[in-house]
Amino acid sequence: MDLTLASFSEIAEAVQSKKVSAKEIATHFHARIEKLNPKLNAFTFINGNAVHDAEALDKRIAQGENIGPLAGVPFGIKEMLCTKGLPTTAGSKILQNFVPPYDSTVVARLKKSGVVVMGKLNQDEFAMGSSNETSFFGSVKNPWNTDCVPGGSSGGSAAAQAARMVAGTIGTDTGGSIRQPANFCGLVGVKPTYGRVSRYGIIAYASSLDQAGPMVSSVKDAALTMEAICGFDEHDVTTTQRKVPAWSKNLSANVKGMRIGLMKEYMKGSINSDVQATVDKAIDTLKKMGAEFVEVSVPMTEFAVPVYYLVAASEASSNLARYDGVKYGYRAEMGNLSAVDLEDFYGKTRGEGFGKEVKRRIMLGTYCLSSGYYDAYYNKAGQVRRMLMNQYLEAFKSCDVVLSPVTTSPAFKIGERVYDPLTMYLNDIYTTSTNLAGLPGMSVPFGMSQEGLPIGVQLTATHFEEQHMLNVAYALEGASDVKGAKPHVF
Amino acid sequence: MIDKKTIEHIAKLARLHVTEQEAIEYSEQLSKALSYFDQINKVDTNGVEPLVTPTEIESFWREDEAKEEFTAEEMTANAPAKAGNLFKVPPVV
Amino acid sequence: MSSSGYEAVIGIEIHVQLSTKSKIFCADPTTFDAADNQNTSPVSVGMPGTLPVINKKAIEYSIKTGLALGCTIREKSIFARKNYFYPDLPKGYQISQYDKPICENGSVTFKVNGVEKTVSITRAHMEEDAGKSTHSGDYTLINYNRAGIPLLEVVSGPDIRSAAEAAEYGRTIRNIVRYLDVCDGNLEEGSLRCDCNVSVRKIGAEKFGTKVEIKNVNSFRFVEKAIEYEIDRQIDAVERGEKIIQETRLWDPDKNRTFSMRAKEDAQDYRYFPDPDLLPIVVSKEMINRFMADLPELPIPRAKRFQAEHGLPEYDAQVLTGEKDVADYYEEAAKESKNYKATSNWIMTELIRELNDAKKEIKDSPIKPQQLGKMISLIDNGTISGKIAKTVFSEMWQSGKDPETIIKEKGLVQITDSSAIEKIIDEVLAANPQVVEDHKSGKKKNLLGFFVGAVMKASKGQANPDIVNKILQEKLKV
Repeated sequence: MDLTLASFSEIAEAVQSKKVSAKEIATHFHARIEKLNPKLNAFTFINGNAVHDAEALDKRIAQGENIGPLAGVPFGIKEMLCTKGLPTTAGSKILQNFVPPYDSTVVARLKKSGVVVMGKLNQDEFAMGSSNETSFFGSVKNPWNTDCVPGGSSGGSAAAQAARMVAGTIGTDTGGSIRQPANFCGLVGVKPTYGRVSRYGIIAYASSLDQAGPMVSSVKDAALTMEAICGFDEHDVTTTQRKVPAWSKNLSANVKGMRIGLMKEYMKGSINSDVQATVDKAIDTLKKMGAEFVEVSVPMTEFAVPVYYLVAASEASSNLARYDGVKYGYRAEMGNLSAVDLEDFYGKTRGEGFGKEVKRRIMLGTYCLSSGYYDAYYNKAGQVRRMLMNQYLEAFKSCDVVLSPVTTSPAFKIGERVYDPLTMYLNDIYTTSTNLAGLPGMSVPFGMSQEGLPIGVQLTATHFEEQHMLNVAYALEGASDVKGAKPHVF
Repeated sequence: MIDKKTIEHIAKLARLHVTEQEAIEYSEQLSKALSYFDQINKVDTNGVEPLVTPTEIESFWREDEAKEEFTAEEMTANAPAKAGNLFKVPPVV
Repeated sequence: MSSSGYEAVIGIEIHVQLSTKSKIFCADPTTFDAADNQNTSPVSVGMPGTLPVINKKAIEYSIKTGLALGCTIREKSIFARKNYFYPDLPKGYQISQYDKPICENGSVTFKVNGVEKTVSITRAHMEEDAGKSTHSGDYTLINYNRAGIPLLEVVSGPDIRSAAEAAEYGRTIRNIVRYLDVCDGNLEEGSLRCDCNVSVRKIGAEKFGTKVEIKNVNSFRFVEKAIEYEIDRQIDAVERGEKIIQETRLWDPDKNRTFSMRAKEDAQDYRYFPDPDLLPIVVSKEMINRFMADLPELPIPRAKRFQAEHGLPEYDAQVLTGEKDVADYYEEAAKESKNYKATSNWIMTELIRELNDAKKEIKDSPIKPQQLGKMISLIDNGTISGKIAKTVFSEMWQSGKDPETIIKEKGLVQITDSSAIEKIIDEVLAANPQVVEDHKSGKKKNLLGFFVGAVMKASKGQANPDIVNKILQEKLKV
């Protein structure tokens, strides 16, 4: 078994049956991390105890314990998920040195399933970005071409997974932060329906949009991860009490009769020709498999980017108010504390602790919620959001899955888009509406650009109907001719 | 439309020190972004209730049971400054 | 008090700390005397990634209080974030309620100096308490034990017109929450906090004057004094042509005056918006009805019932319903004694005095209500006299024994047998011939008392005084 390319099931089976020890697997991937991370900067923190943790797992197996479906599988965890005893910084200076005394629910559940946490993965600061260029810990490089961005905000997850520094990674998606980097790095990235995954212990960016999900190398591994992390959590009242379906067991590449919607609004924009070709090929492939295509329309997606930024920035401006240098994290140097004015204390700490993009969004959000502007911006955005969601739900009456591009182009060059925030914001044009409507969405690799950069296809389903989208992805994966392609840095 | 003075007012509300230069920069960038975002006002939203939580989530109310799961030491371990188990901050008027 | 044509306009905000076992949004204990930051957890310290989960009991207590205040309960109410920066506010926002509070449009009616007054209750909403700051030399130290304790903020309309009304309003609210057992109503400890908004205007004026907030007054007596002072201060200022500054003031009990705490900056922009981490609170009509049925009889209707059904005077009814435990005690004792007025008297005079001296609560009284009731019925049926009863009462207080047991053990049964009493009287008369002579000769007046005393002494206080008097008078007839 080639450990580097092994699937979750292969690893878990080998570990549980003692054919390969969890320690051997952790050691193997630890070595890969040490070798590749200097080139990619995917990890912000490497867990020195990982091999030790794996050993403990082996001991339990030796004593006859049945660990779980992810026994011994090494994972990288996006920075902003709290990991007990390990630094959790959300890619920000303001949380440098913060070590939480608690695990996020996602991490606790992964550990319960037997996952070995190899380290924390780099990300755009507080998940605000689409290229992993705003991190306090420096940019992440795309393993397919290190001059290019891996995407963001879950750039570290994408790079680590694509370079197989781990077997699986967790990212978070607020406006596309799993799907877009998965797309740029040739991975399967899934954002579950809002409410499937607990947000407890995940540093909040935008509460009504954030969801954590897998960024992995196969649809099956994605389904297995989702089964491990999804489900009601009494620490998060925005989680659903609906049962977690047996997604991996019910995976099927039989898409005969599956109704696939093509959104009028998304199929007409100007996109890179390689992206267009990939999407066209996906449609063709699925047609040959017996899927039926219908045209659907969601006109409100025209306003998805503005609504997303207004809502997300507003929620973020409040969520980030707790970073004030009082209880944890960075505190500005101020000399004699007793002579410090409280306002200066806050202003300097936050001014120095947050990066530019974060400050911009906090100010944008503060403005939108402020007296005189609440109605025109925050409230209005909320209304348009409801209309958008309703249109989507209506569209899903005539189809099971919607297929579209993930982005207008493959990975762009590092430094290419940092100068103009608005241009950066428009990257998210195909992904933000999914979060606004709370729908599940995913990216599955299907093509390659002429420059050798991965191109994926986006699939979306209606609330809580992840199985449909997983199945279409599974079918595409099976028919894909970029499966098995390896990035430049490997 | 968001002038430097407004930026300064917002920065104060948000407790963010911004330099002169940053204020000017933010003013330009935010004005441009908001200009683009303003288009949502084209939409007729009469009678539409704003959406907060985008999926149907069942109500959950916690039982009134006290739990002691963390010590004061654990809660103050990350404090930038403390006195015993109390968080230390500049004198508040 | 209106003076020189001015009237005071007062509104009161009372923060009721709900006596749940755990905090409103997390399971931290709410005990009062915990060590520094002992009653905290990642949620209450506002650590990254933490989320609020609403406490069911806090909702129940809030609804019950709202119902007791005559409010309508909103079937769908929303939690909103109130955003501002202060070290005792761990998240940089307080979870509260803004435009969709859980209770609205109630009122309370009470009497002030015999006159009935109704004050409207605009709203009551749920929110979380902040932590505590202590100033230590050159720093401030923060303790988050209190952060997250559930509060119900009860907001009155600007209907109060005098300091006395304000104090009585406060007492009424306090009494109600204690009756409901949702709060212990302790102003000194801060489980009930009173903020008063005071303004003045010329009688007949339509507009309100500038209002001044008086915060954190820790007794209703001080509330009354502080408001009286403030009204005078404002009227004085207005008469002198000065502008009233909108500000927050505190009461100085030593100097008997209010003083400025801080000028209210340009109204703070709290940027309220619905909290996306919490779902709306949806309450069904069935649930509201269930809570309504669960409410105990409230103090004012209870007092009215004591007057109407038990024939008690208003004063008695008010004293007895001043505390729910006292009213409960009274009713239980009266059920046993079947004599409302006597029960009321014994409680108001003897029992309350003993409790105060011993610094005991009535629920810890060594005399159980049934025992007091029984004692009273024993007076009524002649077994003991009122005088003997005092001894019995005293004994019950010391030993906690039943009145019958005490009477038996101490042989205190009243002697009502005329011939037995006559026998004792004859003995006394025979033992005091000179006094008899003095009385019959009219030489000394008012000697009857001497004989009554002697007879009572000889009978160890057990002779029925009325019979003693009757027979003595007959025997000593000149």
